[in-house]
This record gives sequence, C-alpha cells and structure tokens, in this order.
Amino acid sequence: MADPMRIRAQAAGDKATVRVLMSHEMETGLRKDSAGKVIPAWFIQDVAATHNGKAVLSAQWGPSVSKNPFLQFNIKGAKAGDKVAVTWTDNRGDKRTDEATVS
Amino acid sequence: MKGLTTMITRRKALAQGARVAGLLAAAGLLPAQAQAAWSKDAFEAKTLADTVKALGGSTPTQSAEVTITGPDIAENGAVVPVGAATALAGVKRLAILVEKNPSALAAVFDIGDGVDANVSTRVKMGQSSNVLAVAMMADGRVLFAQKEIKVTLGGCGG
Repeated sequence: MADPMRIRAQAAGDKATVRVLMSHEMETGLRKDSAGKVIPAWFIQDVAATHNGKAVLSAQWGPSVSKNPFLQFNIKGAKAGDKVAVTWTDNRGDKRTDEATVS
Repeated sequence: MKGLTTMITRRKALAQGARVAGLLAAAGLLPAQAQAAWSKDAFEAKTLADTVKALGGSTPTQSAEVTITGPDIAENGAVVPVGAATALAGVKRLAILVEKNPSALAAVFDIGDGVDANVSTRVKMGQSSNVLAVAMMADGRVLFAQKEIKVTLGGCGG
C-alpha cells in the first residue's frame, strides 16, 4: 500500500480550495537503470475527488505528471466541516483513498 | 480433483473474457467502457490536434479566455508547476499538454458542476517547450492557450 496523501481543504468565501499531495513514483517508462534496462512505467492514471460523497472532479493523468504529484482545485459551495475525499488508481491497479475535512 | 479442474476452466474463461473485452475496446465497439477507461490514444498522441481528436473534440482554436499559468523559466524540468483555467461557463474538460514531451498530453480533468474550471498540478518537461491549456466546452468548441516555458535542466533524463 502506498503512503497516504496529504490533503488540505480550506474554505474561502463560497468555495474551498483543495490541495492534494500524493506520494507516487510516477515512472515514465522511458528511463533506463544503470544496467541499461528500461524501468517499466508506473504512474497514476485516474484521480477522482468527491465532496460529501458526491463526485466533483475526475482526471486522467499521463506519465508526464511529476513525481509525488500535486493537484489543486476549487470546490464550489463547500464549507467548513465538509468532507473531501480523493482516490487515485495507478497503471498497476493500486488504489488509495484519503479523506480530509474542509477547514 | 474436481475442484481443481473447475478452477482452471474458470480461470481460462476469465482470461478469455478479458481478452475479448480488450479486443472489443480496441476496435471501439464498447464506447461506454472505452470512455470510462484511460484514453490510451490521447496519451500516445504527439500533437495538439491528434490529442484533441483522440479525446473526441473538434479542431482547437486559440482563445484569450483560457489561461495557462506557469513560470517563464523552470530551473528543474522534473517539477514544473502549471495551471489551466478559464472563466467561461460550460467547460467539460481541461487538459494540460507539453508540446515537446514524448507524449504531449500530461493530464485531462473532467470538470463537474461542483468545481471551478481552474486546476493546477506539476508536470515533467524534457526540454524547453510550449505548454498548452485546452478547454473542451459543452457546446463542442475546443479552445486553447499556450505559453513557452524554458527549462534549464531536463526532467526526463536520469
């Protein structure tokens, strides 16, 4: 199981800014190791975010998103105390979901 | 023994089923499923036009109403903060592309009703290149904005 994500959700006015830092290697599949062998691709393909259980954002990522990816988005109408959950799935089928409360 | 044989046949059947589904998806016969899955074609496309086509959009046009944010010069190509945003209503998807990367498309965001059309992330860049923000609108228009980001140290080498 991968390391937990760090999610911070802050309400400002009628929306909340969500910042997510995921912990993932994000190998492109183009790099070679010291022996000259290609390191297989390993990256997050799908990201989904929910606000109080309702899906608000989904994304598809390619291998050119940076290692330990960062994502920022705004949820409309979110207020303090609301729950924001983020799930990612990588190309090996690994999954991780983490939840945070809007402050 | 009987249990073992049934298990093997079940496994075979599952493998075959998966293969058939894969073939169907590749042939574009399962549109609903293909849409839910990761769009491989889009991520393998080399140019803006091909990427947008693979995502099911029309010809992209440049627009001042889409904004791309990022540094003018990135010191480290492995971590380049970029953002895509638009003030227009009715955005279905936002995509971030790096023109000179081995595959141009970095990320596609499906913008729901609950979020602003404003996302930021960090991407890798192999060399100095134009970075594009593409907004696919609900009315079928495809708008984009571009910005050149100079990279002093590539992000795809070792």
